[in-house]
Amino acid sequence: MTLEATAAPVEPETASREEDLYTAKPWTLIWWRFRKHKLAVASLIFMIVLGIMAIFADFISPYTPFSFSKLNTFAPPSVVRVIHDGSLHRPFIYAVKRKRDPETARVLYEEDKTKVLPIEFFVKGQDYKFLGLVPTQMHLFGVSDRKQQINLLGTDSLGRDLFTRLLYGARVTLSAGLIGVAFSFVLGLALGSIAGYYGGWWDSGIQRLMEFIRSVPTIPLWMGLAAALPVAWDPLFVYVLITIILSLIGWTHLARVVRGRFLSLRTEDYVLASRLCGASEYRIVTKHMLPAMTSYIIAAMTLAVPEMILGETALSFLGLGLRPPVVSWGVLLQDAQNLRSISLAPWLLSPGIAVVLVVLAFNFLGDGLRDAADPYGH
Amino acid sequence: MLGFIVRRTLWAIPTLAFVSFISFVIIQLPPGDFVTAYVAQLRNGGEYVTEIEEAMMRAQYGLNDPLLVQYWRWISAIIFHGDFGRSLEWNAPVSDLIWDRLALTLIISTLSMVFTWIIAIPVGVYSATRQYSFFDYIFTIFGFLGKGIPDFLLALILMWVAFIWMNLDVGGLISPQFEGKPWDTAKIINMLSHIWIPLVVLATGGAAGLIRVMRANMLDELRKPYVETAYAQGFSERTVVWRYPVRVALNPFISTVGWALPALFSGDVITAVVLNLPTTGPLLLQALKMQDMYLAGSFILILSVFTVIGTLVSDILLAWSDPRIRYS
Repeated sequence: MTLEATAAPVEPETASREEDLYTAKPWTLIWWRFRKHKLAVASLIFMIVLGIMAIFADFISPYTPFSFSKLNTFAPPSVVRVIHDGSLHRPFIYAVKRKRDPETARVLYEEDKTKVLPIEFFVKGQDYKFLGLVPTQMHLFGVSDRKQQINLLGTDSLGRDLFTRLLYGARVTLSAGLIGVAFSFVLGLALGSIAGYYGGWWDSGIQRLMEFIRSVPTIPLWMGLAAALPVAWDPLFVYVLITIILSLIGWTHLARVVRGRFLSLRTEDYVLASRLCGASEYRIVTKHMLPAMTSYIIAAMTLAVPEMILGETALSFLGLGLRPPVVSWGVLLQDAQNLRSISLAPWLLSPGIAVVLVVLAFNFLGDGLRDAADPYGH
Repeated sequence: MLGFIVRRTLWAIPTLAFVSFISFVIIQLPPGDFVTAYVAQLRNGGEYVTEIEEAMMRAQYGLNDPLLVQYWRWISAIIFHGDFGRSLEWNAPVSDLIWDRLALTLIISTLSMVFTWIIAIPVGVYSATRQYSFFDYIFTIFGFLGKGIPDFLLALILMWVAFIWMNLDVGGLISPQFEGKPWDTAKIINMLSHIWIPLVVLATGGAAGLIRVMRANMLDELRKPYVETAYAQGFSERTVVWRYPVRVALNPFISTVGWALPALFSGDVITAVVLNLPTTGPLLLQALKMQDMYLAGSFILILSVFTVIGTLVSDILLAWSDPRIRYS
C-alpha cells in the first residue's frame, strides 16, 4: 500500500547510526519509519495546518459566517494579483462592479482595473469573540473598503463569504470525524478485546455481529436512523447524535484490528510469563497487551476518520444530517445540489474539494502509520 | 459441498431475522405513529377527528400491543401475504411502489459491478506485472482519488462536465420526450446516453479499491516459485500470468462480492438522488423526510435482504472455487 516505505527503515550510513538503531526506543523507530513515507508526512503537515486554521477560523477568516450582503450574491472568487499596470505591487485585488446582463437579467461582476484594493493584514472588521472568549474586531487579512469584499472562494446565494464558511465548516466536519472515531474507538476496543482475549463463544458472537453490520448497506441505514431524529431538536444535540449513529456502524473495522492483535499477542511468551507471575487479567490486558498494540490502534483510527467524514458529508448533503444554521461541509454542499447552481457558480463545489483533500490526507497518513506501526517488521 | 451450502444457508436465517427487526425498529423510531400522522392528515383536510376516535383507530391497528407482537404482525404479513403495509404519502400499498424501483437499482448495481470487474482485473494485473511503471503510478493515483471522492460529488462533477462540454442534460434515466413511449432504437440510445454516469460513478469507487487488492494479491503470487517454474518451462508471459497467478489472486475478489453489494446499494441511493434516477434512492429519501415509515422500512428491509443473499451467494461461490474453505 505504500510507495516509499518498502525501503529498509534506516540506511546504516555510519557505525554510530547503526548503533542508534539498536538502542532506539520503539516510538523513535516508528517515527523514523514514518518519516520515510513522504506522502504521509506531507499529509500530516497539511492536517496540522488545516487543524490550526479551523481552530482559529474566526481570526483567519475575513468575515463572519452569517454576515450576508444583498449586493454581493454569487460573486466569483476574487483573484489575488501582484502586477498592476505592468509593475510589481503588493498583493491586491481589483474592485468589482455589479452589473446585469441586459438579456437574461443575470447578475454579472466585472473587475474595475483602475481601482486597486491592497490586501491588508490585521485589519479591523466585523465583531466576533476570539475563541468564544475575547471580544475583538481583528481579522488576519481583508480589504479596507466599505462596499468591496475580498472573497477568496466567492460567495453563495445570500452573498456570504464561502472561504469564511469553509473554515467554520471545517470545525464541525473535522470534529465530527474525530468524535465519531472516539466513540467507535470505545466500542471497537471493548468488543474487539473481549473477542480476541476470551475467544470461544464471545468471539464467534461478536464476529457474527460485526459480519452482520458490515453486510447492511450503510447509507440507507444511516439515513433511516438520522431521519428518526426530530427536526426541532437542538442542532448541537443532533450533531452529537449523528456522530454516534456514524460510529455505531463504523466501529467494526477497529474491532477487527484489535481482535487480530489480541489473538496474536495472547500466545506471546511475555504474556504467559506475566500470567505465571500471578498478574490479574486486567493488569495483563492494560499493562502488557494494550501498549504493544497502541501504534496499530492509532493507525486504524486514522483510517477510520475519512469514513466518518464522508458519512457526515453525505447525510448532511441529503438534508438528513446536520442542518443550517450549523455550518459543515456537507451543509455547504447542499447549495451545490443541482446543475443550475453549479453551472452558475462552480465555486460552490469548493467544500467538496476540501472533503476530497482531507479524506486523501487521512488515507495517506493512515497508510504511513500502518507501515510504521511495526518497526521491527523488516 | 452440499453440507457447506446447507450450513451457510441456515446461518443466513438468523441474520435475515435480525435485519428485519432492525428495519422494524427504524419504522418505530420517530415519535408518534401511523395514526398520529394519519389523523394529522385528516385534520389538515378539514375533517373532525376526536381523541376517542383516534384511540379507537390505534386499538384497531393494534398499535397499543407490545413491540414484539407488532413486529410479528408486520413480518408475518410480509412473509405469508407479501403485504408490506401502506404508504401514507402515496395512499397506496407499498408493494405497488417499490418493485420497479428495486429492479432498476438491482440492474444498475449489477451492471456497475460487472463494469468494476472489467476495469479492476486487467488494470490490477497490469499494475502488478509492470510494478513502478508510469501507468502503475497513474493507476495508483486514480485508485487513491477514487477512494477519496464521495459518490455524490463525482456525480455532480460529471453531470456538470457533460452539461458544459457536451451540452447533454444527463439527469434522469431517459429524456422527457421519450417518457411513456414504446421501446425503440432511439429510446435505447437515449437511455444509454444517461446511464453511463451512474455506472461510472458507482464503478469508480469500487474499482479503486479492487485495483489495489488485485495488485497486492498479484504481487504476492508473482513471487512464488510456481511462477518461476512455469516460466522455466517456456510458456509465454501471457500464458503464465493469466493461467496461474491470476486465478489464485481472484479468490479474494469473489469473497468481497458480498461486501461490494452493500457499498453499491449505498452508492446507488445517494447517486440516484443527485442524478434524479427512478431507483430506490429518491423515493427512500422522500419517504424518510416525510416519515412515511412503512415505505422507508420496506426499502431498507429489502435492500438488506438483497445484500444478505448476495453475501450468501459469494460465500458459496468462494467455497466452490476454493476447496480449503469448504473443508475447514
